[in-house]
Amino acid sequence: MSGIYLDYAATTPVDPRVLAAMLPYFTTEFGNPSSVHRHGQRADHALETARATLASVLGCAPRDVLFTSGGSESDNLALRGLALAAREGRGANHIVSTPVEHEAIRATCHQLRDHFGFELTEVAVDAHGQVSAAAIAAALRPDTAVATVIYGNNEIGTINPIAEIAAATRARGVPLHTDAVQAAGQLPLAVGELGVASLALGAHKAYGPKGIGALYLDSGFGLLPTQTLGSHERGLRAGTPNIPLIVGLAEALRIAAAERDEHNAHQRRLRDRLIAGVLDTIPDSRLTGHPVDRLPNHASFALRGIDGNALLMHLDLAGVAASSGSACKTGDPRPSDVLLACGLSPEWALGSLRLTVGRATTDADVDAVLALLPALVARLRERARQPERRLASGS
Amino acid sequence: MTRVVIAMSGGVDSSVAAALLVRQGYDVIGLMLRLWGEPTADQRFNRCCTPDALAQARRVAAQLGIPFYALDAQDLFKARIVDFFIESYAAGLTPNPCLECNRHIRWTYLLDQARDLGADYLATGHYARVETPDGPSGRGYRLLKAVDTHKDQSYVLSVLGQTQLRQALFPLGHLSKPEVRTLARELELPVADRPESQDLCFLADGDYRRFLREHAPTVLKPGPIMRRDGTIVGEHQGLALYTVGQRKGIGLSTREPLYVLELRPVDNALVVGGVDELGCDRLVAQRVHWVAGEPPVGPIRVEVKIRYKAAPQPAIVNALPADRAAVLFDGRLRDITAGQAAVFYAGDDCLGGGIISREPYPTKTTATSDS
Repeated sequence: MSGIYLDYAATTPVDPRVLAAMLPYFTTEFGNPSSVHRHGQRADHALETARATLASVLGCAPRDVLFTSGGSESDNLALRGLALAAREGRGANHIVSTPVEHEAIRATCHQLRDHFGFELTEVAVDAHGQVSAAAIAAALRPDTAVATVIYGNNEIGTINPIAEIAAATRARGVPLHTDAVQAAGQLPLAVGELGVASLALGAHKAYGPKGIGALYLDSGFGLLPTQTLGSHERGLRAGTPNIPLIVGLAEALRIAAAERDEHNAHQRRLRDRLIAGVLDTIPDSRLTGHPVDRLPNHASFALRGIDGNALLMHLDLAGVAASSGSACKTGDPRPSDVLLACGLSPEWALGSLRLTVGRATTDADVDAVLALLPALVARLRERARQPERRLASGS
Repeated sequence: MTRVVIAMSGGVDSSVAAALLVRQGYDVIGLMLRLWGEPTADQRFNRCCTPDALAQARRVAAQLGIPFYALDAQDLFKARIVDFFIESYAAGLTPNPCLECNRHIRWTYLLDQARDLGADYLATGHYARVETPDGPSGRGYRLLKAVDTHKDQSYVLSVLGQTQLRQALFPLGHLSKPEVRTLARELELPVADRPESQDLCFLADGDYRRFLREHAPTVLKPGPIMRRDGTIVGEHQGLALYTVGQRKGIGLSTREPLYVLELRPVDNALVVGGVDELGCDRLVAQRVHWVAGEPPVGPIRVEVKIRYKAAPQPAIVNALPADRAAVLFDGRLRDITAGQAAVFYAGDDCLGGGIISREPYPTKTTATSDS
C-alpha cells in the first residue's frame, strides 16, 4: 500500500534483518527446546542465545528475562503476579498506579481492585501527563504491594522519570513495574540504572514481529504465575517457546540498541519539524504530552473543535495513516482518559491527533503532511459548525 | 473514476450493495454512522450499529478491498430523531423515525460527509429505484418503487428531492430479497444469514411503550376514555400507548366491542366507539414534500400508503398552500394515524408525501392558485 505512514507508535514493519534471522526457525530449525534430541538442543540453544542477547540489551542476567506473547501479557503477568505474591508474602493489599497507563495496566489494576479486593491509588499527573517520584512516594503505604508507572506514553509520548520513581519505591521496599512497550527501541533499557523490579516490552513497536514480548523480572521479587504448567520460563510462564518470534524479538532489540542514536536523531528531527509545523500553521492547536521529555518519534496534538475520527478518515483517504492516540475504530468519540487526566477539556480532547515517525520517514513525508493538514482542519471545523446551524434553523 | 460512498450497516443488504458497486467499477468508500442508542446497564449501543455490526461491516469492506470508516452522529441523531420521536408522542402523534432519519441523517448529514470525501454519489442498501431523466422531457429524477414490491422502501425515501436523487444510488432496487441473499452467498460475504436491520433501532429492546415510560414519563398522562358523544367510559394510561383501530388492550369490559377511533391530545382523551364508527375517508397531510420539486396543479388521481406496510389505496390528492395536501380516498380506511406519513404513488412512481395531521379536511380543496 502506498502513502505516508505516520503511525509507528501503533506498529512498525519488521526489519529485513530481523526477518532473515527468524526464517530458519519456521522451517529447518523447527525443534521444540524441551526435546531430548538434537533438534531440540538446537532450538534450546537459539532460545537461550536470544535470552542472552536481550539480557545484554537490558543489562541483566539472562535468568531475569522471560518471554511472553507480547507487551500486554508481560504487563498482566508482572502486575498481577507481583500483587498476588506480595499479598501472599506480606499481606500487602494496595496498588499504586497512574491515570495515564496503557489499557493493559489499567484493566489489570481494575480487575485486581474489583475482583481481588486490592485498594488502588491513581496518582495524579501534571498537565504534560508526567508523574513525579515525590507524588508516587507520597502514595506509598506500608501495605503497598506494587507500584506501576509507564515509561514512555503511547498516546502523548511523555517520558516518566522511572529511575527516580524506582529509587523512591525501592527505599520503601515496594517493587516498581514499568510498561516500556512504547519506549523499547527508543529509550535506554538498562534495568540496573532504571532500578525497576520488572519491565514489560514487546517487539513490534521496534521493527520486530507481533505476538512476542518479554518481561524483565528482578529475581529478588516473588511473582505468582498466572499461566501455569511448571517447566517453561522458570515455571513463571507456561507454553512451548515460540522460537522464531523470540529470535526476532532479540534481533530487533539488539539492532535498536546498536543503532539507537542514529535512528533517534533522524526521528527527533522529523518529529520537531512536525510539531513546529502543526503549531505554526493550525490555529487552536496545542502539543499534548511533555515538550522535552518525550519519545523521539512521537508528536501528538489536540485540535480544538475537531472530530479526531473524521480527521483520520480524511487523512487516510489523502494517503496519510495517522492515529488519534487511542486506537478507536468504532466512531464513538469519547475523549481519551489520558488527555482528560492532563486537564484538557473534551472540546480539545476530542480532537486528538498522533503523528509518529519511523526509520523510513522522510522530510518529503513531513512536507506533504504539513501541506495537507491546515486546509483539512479548517474544512472540518467549517463542516462541524454546519449541523448545528441546521439544528438551530430547524430546517 | 466515479467515487461512491456506500452507507454500510454490516447487514446483508448494504454489504451486497457495496459488492455490486465494486463490481460495477466505482471507487467505493464504506461509511457507517454511529447513532445514538438507549443506554442500559450493560451497553449503550444503537441496535443498528453495535460493535458486532461495525466489525462485520469492516470485514466486508476489507473483503471487498474498499476503505471503511465509522463516523459519529450520536448527538445529531438524538436531537433530530430520538427527541422528535418523544415530542411526537407527547403531541399525540405516532411518528415514523426511519423516514425522519432518511430526511435528516442519511440524506443530509451523511450526504454532506460523502460530498466532503469527494464522492459523486451516496448509495444505500434500500430497495427502491432512481430513474435518471433522459432527453428534454422536462421530468426530473424520479423515485420508483423497488422491483420487489414486498421489500419496497420508497415510503421511507419519499422525503428525497431532486438534489438528493441526483446523487443517490440504490444498487438493490431491481433485485428481490432472495436474489440478494443468493448474491451474498455467491460473493461469499459473511453476512448472508444476518437478521434484518431494526426499525426502532435506538430502543434497547424494541418496546417503545417501555421506552416512553422511562425516558418521557410526562408523555404518559392518564386521561378519560370517552365515546364520541362525550360519555366517559373509563381511564387510559397515556395516549401514546394506543393506536387508531386498536381493539384489544384498551382495558374496557363492554358487551359491544370497542375500538380506538381517535387520540384527542387537546383533551388528553381516548375516543372509542363501535366498529360502525371506525374509519375515515379523508385526511390532510402537512410538511408535504414533492419529489419533483413542485406540487402538481389541480387534483391528481393516485394511490396512497398511510403506513410503511399498508396496501396502497386509491385516492384523489389536492395540493394545498403551505406544503399541505388534502387526500380523499375512494373508500373508508380504518387506521389513518396522525404522525405517520401519507405517501403518494402513480403506479411505481413515488410522487412524495407528507405527515398525516389532525387538521380538519377543508371544504374547498381545488384552489391551489391562491397560495
